[in-house]
Amino acid sequence: MHFACLLESGATMIFKKIGLTLLYTFLSLIAIIILPFFSVAKFFANRFNLGNNAFIFDFEKKRGIVATFLIKHWFSDSESAQNNRVFVWFLFPSLGSFILFVFVPFISGMYLSMTNWTGLNTGRELFLWFDNYRTIITDVRFGYSFYRTVLYSVLNIVVINVVAFSLALLVTQNLKLKNVYRAGFFMPNLIGGLVLGYIWQFIFNRALVQVGGIFTPSLLINGESALIGLIIVVTWQYAGYIMMIYIAAIQNIPQDLVEASTIDGANAIQRLKAITLPLVAQAFTVAMFLTLVTSFKQFDTVASLTQGGPATQLPTWLGGVYGLSGDMPIVQGTNLVAMNIYQEAFSRNNLGLGQAKAIVFFAILLVVSLVQVYFNKKREVEL
Amino acid sequence: MEKVGKKNKSSFKMIYLLEILAVGLLLVFFFPFVMVIINSAKSGTEVVLAPLSMPTDWGAFVRNVREILTRPNIDYFQSFSNSIIITFSSLLTIGVFSAMSAWVLVRTKTKYSFAIFMFFLAGMVIPFQVVMLPLVRLFQDLKNLTGIPFRDTFHGVILAYMGFGAPLSVFLFHGFIKSIPIDIEEAAIIDGCTKPQVFFKIVLPVLKPIFVTLLVLNGMWIWNDYLLPVLVIGLGGATKTLPLAVANLAGFYDKEWGLILTSVLMAAAPVLILFLFAQKHIIKGMTSGAVK
Repeated sequence: MHFACLLESGATMIFKKIGLTLLYTFLSLIAIIILPFFSVAKFFANRFNLGNNAFIFDFEKKRGIVATFLIKHWFSDSESAQNNRVFVWFLFPSLGSFILFVFVPFISGMYLSMTNWTGLNTGRELFLWFDNYRTIITDVRFGYSFYRTVLYSVLNIVVINVVAFSLALLVTQNLKLKNVYRAGFFMPNLIGGLVLGYIWQFIFNRALVQVGGIFTPSLLINGESALIGLIIVVTWQYAGYIMMIYIAAIQNIPQDLVEASTIDGANAIQRLKAITLPLVAQAFTVAMFLTLVTSFKQFDTVASLTQGGPATQLPTWLGGVYGLSGDMPIVQGTNLVAMNIYQEAFSRNNLGLGQAKAIVFFAILLVVSLVQVYFNKKREVEL
Repeated sequence: MEKVGKKNKSSFKMIYLLEILAVGLLLVFFFPFVMVIINSAKSGTEVVLAPLSMPTDWGAFVRNVREILTRPNIDYFQSFSNSIIITFSSLLTIGVFSAMSAWVLVRTKTKYSFAIFMFFLAGMVIPFQVVMLPLVRLFQDLKNLTGIPFRDTFHGVILAYMGFGAPLSVFLFHGFIKSIPIDIEEAAIIDGCTKPQVFFKIVLPVLKPIFVTLLVLNGMWIWNDYLLPVLVIGLGGATKTLPLAVANLAGFYDKEWGLILTSVLMAAAPVLILFLFAQKHIIKGMTSGAVK
């Protein structure tokens, strides 16, 4: 019918909406930065009985120090005042939203992690000093989550990098369809972690169980093997991406070096050892850093693939560390730290405790990635 | 002479083997896509009984699609346009505003500009999980303070993305702008341009390559993001994005895999189609952004 017409009106509607949204976004950013300033000013005005007009500058009457300073460095036509104006206004939108939505929550998060905030007592929470952190240290479930995250990350880094590097070696050969392969291996990376988790939940639970072998019963039913399932999924998603990084590095290897070694009689494996590996060392650092950080922060895929489950028994050795004996408590097999934080906050409503966990998580992530980068850099120099 | 010929022959064979290996691996990689496509053309019982076989009736695909378009808890058209609005607006604001910030930070050589740049960089190491709970609280506080709603609104999500996208974008722009010679800008100033004019007329067009990289990098992140929208919009929110809509549907119809996979296909299709057209830009953008 009037399909084209309908499509066109839909497109213009969306464009209009984007325009309005942008306008409203910017106005609200200005509002949220300036309005609190006014309320603070008002507070002080009331406090010192200054009246409501105390903060309006009357430049003709009082040319105090502040006014002179402002005029000289902000309002005048001099070049430095112009530069200052540009500096502040150009920084304002991104720095303002960065401070407001990243820095402020980060700082207030440190405070909230020491309170008993539950979501119901917002504004009336008690300050507990380090009680939450003490709870975390003795919490066997968080310990298990952490152990699973480390295990998962180590396996994930190894598997993804081995797969990605092999793929990269394969598609940098003189193959006919190498661009098709590259694009094909890269494609899973375009799909979001959440959507991807649903695809693989179906594949593990419905499709592969009919194939049989190791896939029956489903990998996701057992707490131990669910982690392997997760690694398969994330490797499928991420290997193509890491492969691209390796491809770029391999293509940067000077061709005459490869030719020289071939003439000298080096075989493929010797070439790989002596030329390719040392020359892509920097790419290894980047790739390992990327896989480490994404593995540690893994959330979306877990949320849709296993919801943190399935239930399994705590390993005896880990229970021993926490001084438990006899029957071990039931824990969740793929309850990685990011998932644990989310559940603590939103399923159990312990937002304060969840925030403390998040900060512990951040500290660990920071240390681990710094150490990893340090060692990789060192190795890079040696090679 | 003979030896060389033999060697060529064997490497010729080798290439064939590798080619076959690559095709095989490609098939393995495509297996999930194939599963999604064939199972989104099946009815509820057929999916359970024969997930691996070809669908008996491709008409079921049309029925499933129609179902997805009309079910209220996925709201496909609505969530699709929400995703478009949020992604495009965020990309534009992040891109332009970060470029502006990076430009003044590069071109003003004071200790303040260095400190602010370092401040941005520090933001790159903060994982979202650390900020998410206070962020939800902040949205509520901001509403109490200013009377403007921020939860489940476009500007709320976009501002949050602006904040979280700023560090990486400022960093990449900073590196790029440093490599642009300042002479053109000085010449423009002498010719009577104001500083904002210099930026918008001269610098911004030069930034095009890095701008495209950032569009791809931020676009993939925002389009596929789940954790931030689920917190500041909520699964059933009025401004819910496509991933939220899929999660919402999957939560409601736990076992209806035919429907869930159709929604998955329809959520992934826009990006996959875009990839077919802008493959080179997307691959280059995603990898070069990461390496820096």
